[in-house]
Amino acid sequence: MFENLSEKLQRVFKNLRGEGRLTEEHVQESLKEIRIALLEADVNFKVVKQFTDAVREKAMGQEVMQSLSPGQQVVKIVRDELVEMLGGSNVRLNFASQPPTVIMLVGLQGSGKTTSSGKLARWLEKNGHRPMLVSVDVYRPAARDQLKVIAKEIGVKLYEGNPDDKPLALCEGALREARNTAHDVLVIDTAGRLHIDEPLMNELREIQTKLHPSEILFVADAMLGQDAVKSAQQFHEQLGFSGFILTKMDGDARGGAALSIKQVTGQPVKFVGTGEKYDALELFHPDRLVSRIIGMGDVLSLIEKAEEVVDKKKALELTEKLRTDTFSLEDFRDQLTQIRKLGSLEQILGMLPSIGPFKDMQKAKVDENELVRIEAIINSMTPKERRNHQIINGSRRKRIARGSGTSVQQVNQLLKQYVQTRKMMKGMKNSFFGKRMKGMKLPQMPF
Amino acid sequence: MEFTTLFGTKKKEPTVLEKIRQAVTQTKENFTERIQDLVEGKKEIDGDLLEELEAVMIGADIGVGTTTEILNSIRDQVSRQILRDPGQLRTVLKEELRKILNVNYTPPREVAEGNPFVILMVGVNGVGKTTTIGKLANRFKTSGKKVMLCASDTFRAAAVEQLEIWAGRTDSPIVKQKAGADPSAVLFDALQSAKARKIDYVIVDTAGRLHTKHNLMAELEKMTRIAAREVPGAPHEVLLVLDATTGQNGLTQAREFAKSAGVTGLVLTKLDGTAKGGVVTAIARDLKIPIRFVGVGEKMDDLVEFSPEDFVESLFAA
Repeated sequence: MFENLSEKLQRVFKNLRGEGRLTEEHVQESLKEIRIALLEADVNFKVVKQFTDAVREKAMGQEVMQSLSPGQQVVKIVRDELVEMLGGSNVRLNFASQPPTVIMLVGLQGSGKTTSSGKLARWLEKNGHRPMLVSVDVYRPAARDQLKVIAKEIGVKLYEGNPDDKPLALCEGALREARNTAHDVLVIDTAGRLHIDEPLMNELREIQTKLHPSEILFVADAMLGQDAVKSAQQFHEQLGFSGFILTKMDGDARGGAALSIKQVTGQPVKFVGTGEKYDALELFHPDRLVSRIIGMGDVLSLIEKAEEVVDKKKALELTEKLRTDTFSLEDFRDQLTQIRKLGSLEQILGMLPSIGPFKDMQKAKVDENELVRIEAIINSMTPKERRNHQIINGSRRKRIARGSGTSVQQVNQLLKQYVQTRKMMKGMKNSFFGKRMKGMKLPQMPF
Repeated sequence: MEFTTLFGTKKKEPTVLEKIRQAVTQTKENFTERIQDLVEGKKEIDGDLLEELEAVMIGADIGVGTTTEILNSIRDQVSRQILRDPGQLRTVLKEELRKILNVNYTPPREVAEGNPFVILMVGVNGVGKTTTIGKLANRFKTSGKKVMLCASDTFRAAAVEQLEIWAGRTDSPIVKQKAGADPSAVLFDALQSAKARKIDYVIVDTAGRLHTKHNLMAELEKMTRIAAREVPGAPHEVLLVLDATTGQNGLTQAREFAKSAGVTGLVLTKLDGTAKGGVVTAIARDLKIPIRFVGVGEKMDDLVEFSPEDFVESLFAA
């Protein structure tokens, strides 16, 4: 629904004479659009003002690079400046020199602390740590149960303690337990609280003084509006947090609040939450958030994700198979599974920019069931059939349809699709990623 | 059934502003005083004054679109000399906002005899759906109605347990299944049971979902279909719960949920913080969805009916 900034600027510059130098008129007009774009992205209005002032100064009189139009030039300045503001490249977690390292998650109600605690523990484990979880949210009904369920699901140790224990006692007990059982990181999930709630803020300070956490992470919802500044500032003043986690980034909020929080507290974004699954926690990359704030998608994240889940060895095998033309239905299924590991198709589509060739793609509703159906059909084949689709005759088709709960037409459709894919993939062996994307071509999908 | 009788006779409750004042002890300054400060010593309405006004409005998450529209109307009145005195600015501004916020709530058609009034609660993750359900249940309970809770959030860890605690607190029956069950199946059970037990209100909890997830939004469509099939006219209300700290994304949320679930009203939660929830003005303006309740605290009775006047006041509280 938002027009992206570069499109807007393109329009502004269409009405102005193209020149080799950015004139005051250019800059003035673009700043108006930049201001609106940032405000629509929920960047705090004071921060927007500081920012537009900085851009004005930078842009005035600057020579337009030969390869860029004046509009692109301004977008580039805005981008560079925003990336700079968000603090260059991503910042690592601090660990205590003497384990266990204590990491405390704090924030407003409903920002996603408990889910993030689970995700963080999962992330730590993946990165070679032995994390332990403890919830000290004794206020919200069933909050501690929630973390318990999550801990069980991700297979991470949870310190339960006494049900009647106060938050501080729970923390101390958990720390003792972590030390005794050689867990090197303790992740503390605290209760959501308002930044103006004195008694509850005191409780956090108390835990902080007793446990000396190496990291206090402020959990902030990407949908936060103008008030983000106030809550973040208060939390920072009272606790001095060391970074923040931006959650619910799988939605379509622009996440401008991150910019405000960084600006008023000086603390960096350390992670972003990008989905409901427990491994949907990613390191933060400022350039990508900037692209999102000004509306340019997140292609880089997608590429990285694809690289992460695609099994390198399998990819090599696949190339070989394509070369020798032995790409079977089994491989087809493997490939589907790999695509699904990337996340839901919607999530993948959401990461593409809303411009250029991808423009209308996001609007397309993707039928996830289609993938399930295809897998079911392939699963209902015998290994022999999977390896050689040509033996699948009429009666085999009927059997497969019955076995997968589909119709013969659907089986036919899949086989046709498979043959087509095979042909297509033969045609493009050059770029690995290209293959990957084309491999996603499925019935009734608009790409 | 008229909505005014929904809650039966109720005791006079504190206004939103009073509630907020109780909650926020730090600030006392309200809209009137704030605007007073702005216009202090000014003889005429000039660019500076309007710019400051703009900052206040955008700072309350009212959004660029609505703010610009209101300011343009004010500028117009100033240039035509209808509005001259800075002192009048306050009244004009309040009136403009009140006009936008005053979306009429249309009570649902008569609920058929022997059938429950079904309320479906929807919203993104972490806005306070379950807490609001507890508060609503308490509200109906105190007016002598029979309430049943339906645990259709079968997805989030311990969501059912959380609702169970509220069922206990409000002494209401709850219909649940195990985690991971089909939300529509739970709803079906609840409606059957409610009809048999002559329940007045069934409040349905759903899993928080981002409005960008088509599958999950389609699930809501299915739930409304099931409700309509089992109880004529149901769901009689679909309340979208919106967190006051939400920025401009709130408008997109409202639009998407309205499309899939047919939202009939809003509940604005967490107004006891410093966030203003101004995005509801954009929602009221663009989508004509009325705001029904506001949540102003963590206690069971911290849910009050929305009043545009009080809300406008609180929007501008410092």
